[in-house]
Amino acid sequence: MNPRLKIKMCGSNVKVFYAQKEILHGIHLDIPENRVTALIGPSGCGKSTFLRCLNRMNDTIEGARVTGQILLDEEDIYDPSVDVVELRSRVGMVFQKPNPFPKSIYENVAYGPRIHGLAKSRVDLDEIIEQSLLKAGLFHEVKDRLHDAGTSLSGGQQQRLCIARAIAVRPEVILMDEPCSALDPIATARIEELIDDLRRNYTITIVTHSMQQAARVSQFTAMFHMGNLVEVGTTKTIFTSPGEQRTQDYITGRFG
Amino acid sequence: MRKGDVCHTTPMRRDIGLRQRYRAEMRFRAYGITAISIGMFFLGVLLWSVFSKGYSAFWQTSLTLNIRFDAAIIDPKNIRDHDSQVLFTANYPLLVRNALAEKLGVPSDDHLALHEVSHMFSSSVRVQLRDLVLGHPQLIGGIQKVTFLASADIDSAFKKQINLAGSETRRKISNRQIEWMHRLSADGSLHRAFNTGLFTLTASNRPETSGLGVALVGSLYMMLIVLVLSLPIGVAAAVYLEEYTHKNRFTDLVEVNINNLASVPSIVFGLLGLAVFVNFFGLPRSTSIVGGLVLTLMTLPTIIIATRSALRAVPPSIRSAALGIGASKTQTVFHHVLPLAVPGIMTGTIIGLAHALGETAPLLLIGMVAFVANYPITPMDPATALPVQIYMWANEAERAFVERTSGAIIVLLVFLILMNIASIVLRRRFERRW
Ligand SMILES: Nc1ncnc2c1ncn2[C@@H]1O[C@H](COP(=O)(O)OP(=O)(O)O)[C@@H](O)[C@H]1O
Ligand SMILES: [Mg+2]
Repeated sequence: MNPRLKIKMCGSNVKVFYAQKEILHGIHLDIPENRVTALIGPSGCGKSTFLRCLNRMNDTIEGARVTGQILLDEEDIYDPSVDVVELRSRVGMVFQKPNPFPKSIYENVAYGPRIHGLAKSRVDLDEIIEQSLLKAGLFHEVKDRLHDAGTSLSGGQQQRLCIARAIAVRPEVILMDEPCSALDPIATARIEELIDDLRRNYTITIVTHSMQQAARVSQFTAMFHMGNLVEVGTTKTIFTSPGEQRTQDYITGRFG
Repeated sequence: MRKGDVCHTTPMRRDIGLRQRYRAEMRFRAYGITAISIGMFFLGVLLWSVFSKGYSAFWQTSLTLNIRFDAAIIDPKNIRDHDSQVLFTANYPLLVRNALAEKLGVPSDDHLALHEVSHMFSSSVRVQLRDLVLGHPQLIGGIQKVTFLASADIDSAFKKQINLAGSETRRKISNRQIEWMHRLSADGSLHRAFNTGLFTLTASNRPETSGLGVALVGSLYMMLIVLVLSLPIGVAAAVYLEEYTHKNRFTDLVEVNINNLASVPSIVFGLLGLAVFVNFFGLPRSTSIVGGLVLTLMTLPTIIIATRSALRAVPPSIRSAALGIGASKTQTVFHHVLPLAVPGIMTGTIIGLAHALGETAPLLLIGMVAFVANYPITPMDPATALPVQIYMWANEAERAFVERTSGAIIVLLVFLILMNIASIVLRRRFERRW
């Protein structure tokens, strides 16, 4: 990996157990700052599970246990001194299925800044919301109906609303778990453009099932298989000359 | 393409058992319709029998007469200025009897006839006229038009509920009284009026002066107590169990016990209430506070179960969304999950309250089956409840009580129907899709 790149998050020997069953078998993975890292691999290999370790969403799953070490800016996020609420305000998440709150578009985006006390005034809050929606590429479509229900938007718009909601908290890292799997190709293309824009200010980790998507949006790719990290490298290397036969087979569609 | 290039063959129709499938469907529909018809039939019979017996309870036969407040009868010794007691004990029914006898032309020495005249009107006139005179002493010596209740027998006769054709000795009302009744009714002195007394009067051993007043107030107090106690306690318990605990042996035990509690027969709650609230805590018997507490115990499991299922119905994606942007557990629950569960909680609460409103057995055990003549001012005063009042009236023999029993059932049913409609409206109104 390019030595000039700063490592934003770093997992070492990460193991995850669901009720005594080991799902991830010791993952070592670095996530470079201001880059898009794609996690690929066949279904059930543990990509989402690994992603959920990065903002401790696994804590909310009954019976889940994580061992090993994950650093965010040199600080172990599983250290008892780390507050999970603060962690999640720094590491945001966008889910597979768009999940806006059943509230207005405005309220959806305003919720995060409000609970974290990021806006000093109403004007401030309006500004944050406008900026977040702009960055998510949604503002011009919804500026006249900010008080309509978020659930009244189309699927692609809902997903961009969820991205705006994540951005509004000003996180450092954004995790995306197959953010386009429920969307049509046009909406998918918009989100992919968006991810490319966001990379300038955020570190992004994205799980995807689509090889083309990984190739289009990411700079680094990590290949998972059956709870192991098979290989990781620049997206170019992985897609043109993978070091492992399994990676080769997967990206050429021989299994998965 | 020329004709004949393509070979048209109809493929053989396969037998995939369509006919049997349709027949099975028809059969099932028939079963369903039969089941619904049977249910509707019995519901119809029930409602018809209650309404046909009870609708007349909302009307009461009354008399309107000019009554002379004869000073010689009220205060023969003219001592009312220094002894006001005389106005309490005066023979007011005599005033009414005289007025009625005069109107009917009964001579003042025909004692038998006068006796029959005084059975035409309710003895509640004693209290009614006394209160009138105490409020307006200047009435004494004058004439005033007064409307008062007819006696229960005249009421039943006027509503044609007793057979007037048969032999005079076999009924409580004589031929002469019937004739008077018709004459009074012809000139408008005797008429039907809306029976406000059914809602305002209290316990009495005369049917025409007994009403649901105490029962309505008692039931209202109890519903308030149940609502104020069981809603917050039930919701708090459900939120804790559903959102804050991890599944372990303790929560399993609690869960099993709550479900058991929901199926405990209500009479057991009555015994529990008697033992705990009355005998141990020393709360007064027959009061709405004890009734309310017992009904709270009964309603709690319903509300807890309804709240838990409403919470469970909130999609996990909403929780993930809130947690994912850094909301704490409590913020997630109170900002997102609980508000979405509110319609379900309200529906469950209303259904629980409706159950509590109709509950009788535990109230009998804590002594709410009492003859309460005074309105309860606070929940610490003796009271009855709607279903208990129905139970008590159903045990009375007189015809006029039969009609009141059904009338009270109608009142209770109206309340229950209103509550159920409210819960349906709430559910429709706040139903959300996400
Ligand atoms: N909550 C859970 N409880 C138990 N097992 C789980 C849970 N979530 C995921 N798993 C298992 O963990 C493995 C990895 O799942 P996941 O990370 O979702 O895979 P994917 O790579 O498709 O995102 C799968 O075998 C799945 O069955
Ligand atoms: Mg997944």
